[in-house]
Amino acid sequence: MTMQPASTEIASRTAAIIHELKGLEGPLLPILHGIQEEFGYVPQDALPVIAEALNISRAEVHGVVTFYHDYRSQPAGRHVLKLCQAEACQSMGSDAIAAKLKSMLGIGFHETTRDGSVTLEPVYCLGLCACSPSAMLDGEVIGRLDDEKLNEIVAEVRS
Amino acid sequence: MIPRIYIPGDSGALALGAERVAKAVRAELAERGIEAKIVRNGSRGAYFLEPMVEVATANGRVAYGPVKPSDVKSLFDCGFLTGGHHKRWLGAPDKIPFLAKQTRLTFARCGVTDPLSLDHYKAHGGLNGLQNAVAMTPADIVKQVTESGLRGRGGAGFPTGIKWKTVLDTSADRKYIVCNADEGDSGTFADRMIMEGDPFVLIEGMAIAGIATGATKGFIYIRSEYPHAVAVMQKAVEIARRAGVLGVIVLGSPNSFDMEVRVGAGAYVCGEETALLDSLEGKRGQVRAKPPLPAHKGLFGKPTVINNVISLASVPVIMDKGAAFYKDFGMGRSRGTIPIQIAGNVKYAGLYEAAFGITVGEIVDDIGGGTATGRPVKAVQVGGPLGAYFPRALFDTPFDYEAFAAKDGLIGHAGIVVFDDSADMLKQARFAMEFCAIESCGKCTPCRIGSTRGVEVLDRLAENIEPEKQIALVTDLCNTMKFGSLCALGGFTPYPVMSALNHFPDDFRPTPVAEAAE
Repeated sequence: MTMQPASTEIASRTAAIIHELKGLEGPLLPILHGIQEEFGYVPQDALPVIAEALNISRAEVHGVVTFYHDYRSQPAGRHVLKLCQAEACQSMGSDAIAAKLKSMLGIGFHETTRDGSVTLEPVYCLGLCACSPSAMLDGEVIGRLDDEKLNEIVAEVRS
Repeated sequence: MIPRIYIPGDSGALALGAERVAKAVRAELAERGIEAKIVRNGSRGAYFLEPMVEVATANGRVAYGPVKPSDVKSLFDCGFLTGGHHKRWLGAPDKIPFLAKQTRLTFARCGVTDPLSLDHYKAHGGLNGLQNAVAMTPADIVKQVTESGLRGRGGAGFPTGIKWKTVLDTSADRKYIVCNADEGDSGTFADRMIMEGDPFVLIEGMAIAGIATGATKGFIYIRSEYPHAVAVMQKAVEIARRAGVLGVIVLGSPNSFDMEVRVGAGAYVCGEETALLDSLEGKRGQVRAKPPLPAHKGLFGKPTVINNVISLASVPVIMDKGAAFYKDFGMGRSRGTIPIQIAGNVKYAGLYEAAFGITVGEIVDDIGGGTATGRPVKAVQVGGPLGAYFPRALFDTPFDYEAFAAKDGLIGHAGIVVFDDSADMLKQARFAMEFCAIESCGKCTPCRIGSTRGVEVLDRLAENIEPEKQIALVTDLCNTMKFGSLCALGGFTPYPVMSALNHFPDDFRPTPVAEAAE
């Protein structure tokens, strides 16, 4: 499993990100994106540092972090697999694809395999509706998912 | 002249293996010692042919597709660099029926040019609109956009020129242009395609909007599910800035306009304009009550034009060729063209830009070629997760804002998702409620609570518990959500639910298990 950094280290790395982005108009989302990119999730210890720097309450920062689906409170697995579950993909059997993938990986949505290799998430549209069903593995897009491609994905995340 | 090979870098093409094709082409070029330039163009939108590789020959471009990495060696053997024949040979791309029949105004360059070459952009008519605009008064620009009849392509269909005029007429020390690129509706990908395939047209449209309204700063809010579009737009903004298209003297004129790309964080509701503004400000993406309109008090409380990607990307052609030229296309009060996105279970999926007036049936049957599975079409959903499900009986409905509204539907962002006869419309209705529950911003009660109750009611219906009572309940609930919600998320979720219920009543009265058993 990924080692989580100590709170003092989180605070100093967070402060550096804030310093870089604070001049933007409406800097909170860019800062949170920066933090998630740095740590792989948004650590609790980063929140008071942000609140202090932007002169807003910790509750406000907490409210924003928890509102958006993208921000994680825990590190994800080594791979992140997002499976589209929206209508266009439904019309091409994404429900069955999801069921199959869950059983192959032994996890459900929003879960990470015990060995930490992959986190499975639903996503509502990747804009690949002309090649449904689709998925995104670590930022790489995959269209027209079928059994062969599922096997490839599972092999890749387990390697 | 060294050969030019076009291999799309569009996400849809990448999802179908364009990167592996590019790698194979590079390897083959190296092995054969051929020097060639590989251009990563956008997609022309015929996704059933992607990855579609094109070569520039003495007789124009020749397309091949769909190309697999394993085809590459034989393509070279067949002399594809000079347009040689091969089993993947498609001929001139603009003669491919799916593309030849379109009216490409907004998407004229998409898939044709190098997305990040400003020279290529200019060679294909780019910046003509902005050149014209800098020589005009703001009021005249607004007049031209108003006269073109352009209406918001994000779904609401509000006249773009009127919105701009409100911002122009509101005095403030600072105004903003915000581009809504939070294209979250399933079945839509026009925004993604244009951002990846012709980013300068969006930049040009935003700059024109800025000059027309006195706004000096723009934001493009792109959803995080579109990392490729984000990357292309960021590079394009940088290139435009260096070339003086953006900055303190736009194209050498006294106008100043600059912009930033911002990335969303996975909240569907941020596609609603006021939630998007709150998100840009660094808040929870919650919907604001209107009034005040964003045109009066928008981003950071300043007058703000907030338009969809396609609305803004349609402005350059209007400023280049004139309001009358654009207005000449279309029907009724829906003027110009609309990029229809044909998606889901359909044989020929892709983007089809056409003048308003084309019917649903023409799109699904003639252009789309029916379902991919070969089974009969049961329903289409037009306009994303908040759009109505139409049965075949309504396929004569033309793409026109008013015609759709008259049939209790909405064009939305003009995505059309096709379902075959295996679709269970009760399940689709349940999903609409579930999606609303997941994505509700939580500010108003009908949406926040209504969607959850809706899922429960439909689950009881699926279990055949007092079905008539559940149908009455869900109808009443939809009525409350439609008229009581603050924005379109709660307000329009009843469209898919009620259309499914009204047009496919059999799916809502499940046969008891005992009867179905032999």
